[in-house]
Amino acid sequence: MSAESRLSNAFSKPHPALVCFVTAGDGDTAANLDALVEGGADVIELGMPFTDPMADGPAIQAANLRSLGAGTTTADVLRIARKFRERHPEVPLVLMGYANPMIRRGPEWFANAAKEAGADGVICVDIPPEEDDALGPALRERSIAPIRLATPTTDAKRLPQVLEGSSGFLYYVAVAGITGMQQAAIESIEANVSRIKQSTDIPVAVGFGVRTPEQAAEIAEVADGVVVGSALVELVGEHGEKAPEKLREYTASLAKAVHSAAKASA
Amino acid sequence: MASNPNTYRNQPDERGHFGDYGGRYVAETLMPLILDLEREYRAAQADPEFQREFDDLLEHYVGRPSPLYFAERLTEALGGAQVWFKRDELNHTGAHKINNCIGQILLARRMGKTRIIAETGAGQHGVATATVCARFGLPCVIYMGAEDVKRQSPNVFRMKLLGAEVVPVTSGGATLKDAMNEGLRDWVANVHDTFYIIGTAAGPHPYPELVRDFQSVIGREARQQMQDRIGRLPDLLVAAIGGGSNALGLFHPFLDDPEVKMLGVEAAGHGLDGDEHAASLLGGVPGVLHGNKTYLLQDEDGQITEGHSISAGLDYPGIGPEHAWLKEMERVEYTAVTDEEALEAFQLLCRTEGIIPALEPSHAIAAVAKIAKDMPKDSVILANLCGRGDKDIFTVAERLGVEM
Ligand SMILES: Cc1ncc(COP(=O)(O)O)c(C=O)c1O
Repeated sequence: MSAESRLSNAFSKPHPALVCFVTAGDGDTAANLDALVEGGADVIELGMPFTDPMADGPAIQAANLRSLGAGTTTADVLRIARKFRERHPEVPLVLMGYANPMIRRGPEWFANAAKEAGADGVICVDIPPEEDDALGPALRERSIAPIRLATPTTDAKRLPQVLEGSSGFLYYVAVAGITGMQQAAIESIEANVSRIKQSTDIPVAVGFGVRTPEQAAEIAEVADGVVVGSALVELVGEHGEKAPEKLREYTASLAKAVHSAAKASA
Repeated sequence: MASNPNTYRNQPDERGHFGDYGGRYVAETLMPLILDLEREYRAAQADPEFQREFDDLLEHYVGRPSPLYFAERLTEALGGAQVWFKRDELNHTGAHKINNCIGQILLARRMGKTRIIAETGAGQHGVATATVCARFGLPCVIYMGAEDVKRQSPNVFRMKLLGAEVVPVTSGGATLKDAMNEGLRDWVANVHDTFYIIGTAAGPHPYPELVRDFQSVIGREARQQMQDRIGRLPDLLVAAIGGGSNALGLFHPFLDDPEVKMLGVEAAGHGLDGDEHAASLLGGVPGVLHGNKTYLLQDEDGQITEGHSISAGLDYPGIGPEHAWLKEMERVEYTAVTDEEALEAFQLLCRTEGIIPALEPSHAIAAVAKIAKDMPKDSVILANLCGRGDKDIFTVAERLGVEM
């Protein structure tokens, strides 16, 4: 299955999509990823560890350091992705991280490696549309979706620039802030998502600050997808070897909440 | 690859790029803010009232112009070129950092921001930021690596006296780069009321440009003072480089004077052949960190490695993007000086001139000491004495094995 169809299938199901994030190399990542899929995740976001995760709160910062402390390399991250793709030929996988590890050997190298590892999309936190040349063209050439972020500070004037050249889905960052902190008011999320959806046909997933099934259900009513990261990463940090079981359980509760929400974009 | 442009002084381009370097590699949340900042900076540049207020504060609050000083006994001791110093260590707060802080706090006020944040390594930028915040009555939060809080306790106390809140940062290696990460995290979470005063000529556009512009008062004064005193420009400019702001401040007004050579001095720590140095240009490779593309200390996977220098102000794994460009254009030459050499230069200046320099400019002085003797006696070196050494006496005592 092609990268584009895996992602678009995930967002064409009769229910909103649950997008789950964990950091590569933090614990037994293969087992953790399988648990997310078994629990009902529709899209996997695999975090690439970085020494300086500027957009992340304490939970994901700690996961980055645990992973690097265990000696995780870029080759390891790509191997984790490739093995996942072999086990789960139909589940979309998105690599998420920061520019420097991605472009260290050049954008072409990274785009080739990501393609070969079976990644469907790439989210690079610190490459805004203004610096798209640093990675975007190389991804698009290989039909890997460059997934951009829109935020509460992305005003109407800027939005078209963010949408231009992005595909797969748009990641709406619900709070102006870092990962894992406070949750935004549902009213503001709803207003922003509907504003964005007037300008684009690509699905909109909402993340940052989403921790509980209740919050996820609420957001699933107004968006095409819900992203959960810090809450899962904390389970990995807390339970180590036993994390897969906890992840499966928690993902199942999130999936139940998200999948039973009415589809907003009908 | 060095082509010869008509001018070296028209960087960056409208996208904030210095050749391949610089740019705006920030999270989307910050993008609208730095665009705002750029708009406001352009407006301020065109506003004579802004310039007047800046000049007035530099004169009456900071104490500018700083003197240009001929170091006669040092010159004699070295036995070659004449050595002159631009004495920015005499500024209020004891370093060049205040020049930039005055400029940025005036911008913050123009933008109606009511809260100031900053990162600091040695504490000099933190002290300068806390100072201007006290002067303008704005609340101030300083992020400082927990390791640096220990190394630089007098400056921590100074910041607190000035009313700032000092937040020790324990993430990562708990030094300057981690403090900058924490500053950026604070900023994305407080975009509406907060202004981030970055302390060196790095970060996302327009910071490298505006910090350079505010610091260029150093070179503009020096150029005029040299003309007045000896009727010509110096043959060589020398400055220490952490992020590169005091060096650019001195160099930039001279970039289009082809007869003036320039030397930037990085921190070689325990030596460039090992891992324990902070020489991003000489020992690093290009990459992206803290909003700009520049030379970085990093491993083959793009993970940032910790710098080391005896001087906390030079201990940063990156460098301002304009230096990366000037290196590639071969307009400025770069070298590095070890901890040991800097310590010797520190003591040399104390004894020959009665000036206790900061450990940062001690690197520049060490480089001067190496080259002055091979230059003719009628040649002129101008070095930036960008900070005084009061903050460093504990570090130096420890290295010299003296109990205090
Ligand atoms: C006295 C002094 N000089 C130099 C530096 C290095 O910064 P820059 O390279 O931006 O001048 C510092 C930084 O703290 C400093 O305190």
